[in-house]
Amino acid sequence: MCKAADYLKEETAWCPGCGNFAIRQALAEALAELCLPPHRVLMCSGIGQAAKMPHYIRVSGFNGLHGRALPPATGARVANTSLTVIVESGDGDSYGEGGNHFIHTVRRNPHLAHFVHNNQVYGLTKGQASPTSELGMKTGVQTGGVISPPLNPLALALIMGAGFVARCFSGEKEHLKETMKAALVFPGYALVDILQPCVTFNKLNTYAWYKTRVYPAEGHNTSDWMAALSLSRQWGEQIPLGIFYSVPRPTFESQLPALEGEPLALRPFSPLDVARAQDEFR
Amino acid sequence: MNIIIGGAAGDGMETIAHLLAKALVREGYGVLTTKDYMSRVRGGHNFSLLRVEAETPRASAATADILVALNEETFLLHREKLLPRGRIVFDPELFSLPAADDRGLPVKLRTLALAAGGKIMANTVAIGAVLSVLGLKPAAAVRLLAETFAPDTAQQNTAALLAGHEAAAKLCGTCFTMPPKSFEGPSIFLDGNQALGLAALASGCRFLSAYPMTPSTGIFSYLAGKQAEFGLVVEQAEDEIAAVNMALGASFAGVRAMTCTSGGGFALMAEGLSLAGMTETPLVIVVGMRPGPATGLPTRSEQGDLNFVLYAGHGEFPRAVLSATHLEDAFYRLNKAFDLADKYQMPVIFLSDQYFADTARAIPPYDFTRLRCERYLAGAENLVRPYKRYRLTDDGLSPRALPGQFPEETVLADSDEHDEDGHIIEDAATRGLMVSKRLRRLEALAAEMDEPELYGHPEPEILLLGWGSTYGILREAIETLRASHHRAALLHFRDLWPLPSAMVTKLLPLAKISFCAENNATGQFAGLLRRETGLTVDHKILRYDGRPFDSGEIVREVLKNV
Ligand SMILES: Cc1ncc(C[n+]2csc(CCOP(=O)(O)OP(=O)(O)O)c2C)c(N)n1
Ligand SMILES: [Mg+2]
Repeated sequence: MCKAADYLKEETAWCPGCGNFAIRQALAEALAELCLPPHRVLMCSGIGQAAKMPHYIRVSGFNGLHGRALPPATGARVANTSLTVIVESGDGDSYGEGGNHFIHTVRRNPHLAHFVHNNQVYGLTKGQASPTSELGMKTGVQTGGVISPPLNPLALALIMGAGFVARCFSGEKEHLKETMKAALVFPGYALVDILQPCVTFNKLNTYAWYKTRVYPAEGHNTSDWMAALSLSRQWGEQIPLGIFYSVPRPTFESQLPALEGEPLALRPFSPLDVARAQDEFR
Repeated sequence: MNIIIGGAAGDGMETIAHLLAKALVREGYGVLTTKDYMSRVRGGHNFSLLRVEAETPRASAATADILVALNEETFLLHREKLLPRGRIVFDPELFSLPAADDRGLPVKLRTLALAAGGKIMANTVAIGAVLSVLGLKPAAAVRLLAETFAPDTAQQNTAALLAGHEAAAKLCGTCFTMPPKSFEGPSIFLDGNQALGLAALASGCRFLSAYPMTPSTGIFSYLAGKQAEFGLVVEQAEDEIAAVNMALGASFAGVRAMTCTSGGGFALMAEGLSLAGMTETPLVIVVGMRPGPATGLPTRSEQGDLNFVLYAGHGEFPRAVLSATHLEDAFYRLNKAFDLADKYQMPVIFLSDQYFADTARAIPPYDFTRLRCERYLAGAENLVRPYKRYRLTDDGLSPRALPGQFPEETVLADSDEHDEDGHIIEDAATRGLMVSKRLRRLEALAAEMDEPELYGHPEPEILLLGWGSTYGILREAIETLRASHHRAALLHFRDLWPLPSAMVTKLLPLAKISFCAENNATGQFAGLLRRETGLTVDHKILRYDGRPFDSGEIVREVLKNV
C-alpha cells in the first residue's frame, strides 16, 4: 500500500495559507493512489516558490534554472522512458521566462505532466506581475498597473495541439488530485494550470476571489476541441474547472526509433559496437 | 600537387572536391582539402583547396598547380596563386582567358554535361578533366559515383565524368606527374566535424540536443543520420538554452549527452553551463569557433573564444577545456572529454573552429579499442544509504547514482546551494563546504591534462607556441624553419584547462626567442599562459581576418625577429 505521507517531506518555505500546500497534498495523494515508486518519479522544476516542490516531495528531482524546467524533463524522458516525469513550476517560470520551451514542448509532446502553480504573480521575487497577471494589477514594478493583457496558457496549449489541457484550483483538492492522476497517466504532454492564491503578493486574486468564480465544467466532452477552446477562454465572473481536452496523439518518444526497447540509460555500450561507423569514410 | 576548385555557391564545388579527393585517397595518395565558403546559399565565391602528396599533408599550400574555374571570378581571384607552369580547367563557353595566358585547358563543361543528361553535372565533367590532367584513370571515381548515387544518376554522372576525361586528354594527355604514393594500408577520409561526430558516437553519446549554427552543424547532421542504426537521439532544440538544458536532463537521467554550437549559441548556454557546474552533471559542449563579435563572419575561422569558454558562466565552478588540434588526435580527445565529464561530474568544453571542422584529410583508421567508456556510477556494492547526491568526500567527488537506479533511493539535483541531500540551504557553513567540495575536484582533474606536444628540437632556441587547429600549419612552419635553424620547435597545446604547464615552464625560459601564434587579435592563449605561469612570450603572431594562417607567413614572422 502506498500512503500519501510516504511522499511528503517535513519542512517547507511557503507562507502560511499558501495555495502550494494544497497542491502538494493533492500531488502526494495522486502519487500514492497511483502507487508510483518515489525513486522512479522524476520531478523537474525551475525557480520560484512553486518550483521548490522537489524539496518537499519525496521523489527524485532536478531543480534547475528559472524558466528551464521543461527542457531537462524532455531530456530525461529520452534518457529513461521508465521514469514518470513531472514538471512543477510557477506561472512566471512556465509562461514567462520559459515561454519558448512551453510552446515547443507542446509541439514535441513528450510524456510528462506539467503542473503550473498559477498564482498570477511572481511570488519569490516579491510581487511583480507575471504573464498571467490581470490588467490593471498594481505592483512595485507595474506601478501604474499591468497594461499588457494576460497570456492564456490553456488556449495557447490547445492552439498548439496539446493533447491534455486542464484547469484546477488549489481550493478544490479532490478535483485537483483526480486531474493530476489523469495527467500523470496521459500518454503525452499534459498541462494542468492550477489557480493558486498567493496570500502575500496577490491581493486581487484571493482565495475568496477564486472561490466565488470557479465552477466544475460538467457534462463537457473532453474530445471536443472547439468546446475546450471555448472553456479555456472563459474568465472573469465564471471560471470553469476540469479536464477541457484529452485526446492522445503520437508522443515524442514513440516517434524516435532509437527509443524502441530498453531505456537508453540502461543499455550496455562498448565502442566496438559502433566501430563499423567509420567504414563510410574508407 | 595543389588544386583550387572555385565557383559560386550552388555550383557544387564541395561535391567535386570531395569526390576528387576521395578518388585520390582510394588510389593511395595522401590528401587534404579545406573549404572557403561564404554565408550565402547561392552566388558569391566559394572555393576548395585540395593538396595531394605521398603522405597526407597537414596544411594546404599557398600556391596551386591546377585551377578549376567554374566561373570567371574564380579565375580572376586565384590566378595569382597559380604557378607559371600551372593549368586552368575552365568552360570556354562561359568566359575566355586573356590571350597572353597560355595555361588554359578549355573543356566545354556545360555542353558535355548536357549531353550526359543535365547541366548540373558540369562539376562531374570537371572531375573527369582533372583526373585526366593528373594522368589518372577514371576507374576509382566511377566506382565512387556508383556508391554515392542511385543507379540512374550514377550512370549519367559516369558518362559526364568520362566525357570530361576524354576531352581533357585530347588537350594535354598527362600534363602533370603525380607525386609517388606511400601506401600504408587503407585510409579513412573525413573532416573535423565528422571525426567529432564519430567520436561522440564511439564514446557512447546517446543524446545530442543542439540548434543549427555554423561551423558545428556538421556534427549535428552527422549524428542525426546515425540515430536509428546506433540507438541515439538527436533533437533540434528551440534554442541553445533548451539545447543545453535538455542535454543536462538527459545526462542527469543517465545517458552521455552533448551539445554543439558556436560562440553565439554558447553565449545562450552560459547559464546552463553554470547549472552543470552547480548540479555536478556531466556534460560535453563542443564550441566550434568562428569570428565574432555577434554574428561576425559566420563561415570563417577564429580562435577568439578561448577566454569566453574559460570564464563563461556565473559563479565559481570547475570545468575542463580541451581542443581539437588535428584529426588523428581530436577523435580520442573528444572521447577524453566524455570520460572527464563522467569521472569528474562536470562540464567539459571542447574547442573546435571552422578551420578544423571543414578540413578533411586522409588518415589511418581509428582504433576503437583505445576509447574509454567507463561511466563512474555508484554501484550497489558500495552504495552508502541513505543515498546523498552531494555526499562530502575527501576528493570532492560524490558517488553518482541515477534516478530510478536504486529502489527507495531518490536522487535530487539542485541549482540552489544545497546540502548533501540536494536540499536547498542558505546557512554559511554548508555553503562553504559545498563550494570547496566542488572546487576540490580541480586537483585531480589537473593531473589528467596532457602536456603539450613538442615537435622539433628537444632543446629549442626558437620556441613556437600554439594551440588548437593551427597544429598542422605550425608544424609545417617548424619543418621549414628547421631547414635553416636547426634548434626550432613547436610546443602545441591540446588540453587547455586546467593548463598543463610543466613543459612550457621548463622550455620557455631556455629558448632564445619565443613566439605564440593564434588566430585572434589579442593573444588570448599567451594571456592565459602569463596568468597561470608568469611566463611571457617574446612575440605574438596573430591573425584575425577569419582565414587560417599560412605556414609561410609564420616562417617570415619568425625569421624577421630572429
Ligand atoms: C534567469 C533568472 N532571472 C530571474 C530570476 C529571479 N526569479 C526567481 S523566481 C522568479 C519569478 C517566480 O515567479 P513564478 O514562476 O510565478 O513562481 P512563484 O514564486 O510565483 O511560485 C524570478 C523572476 C532567476 N532566478 N533567474
Ligand atoms: Mg507565480
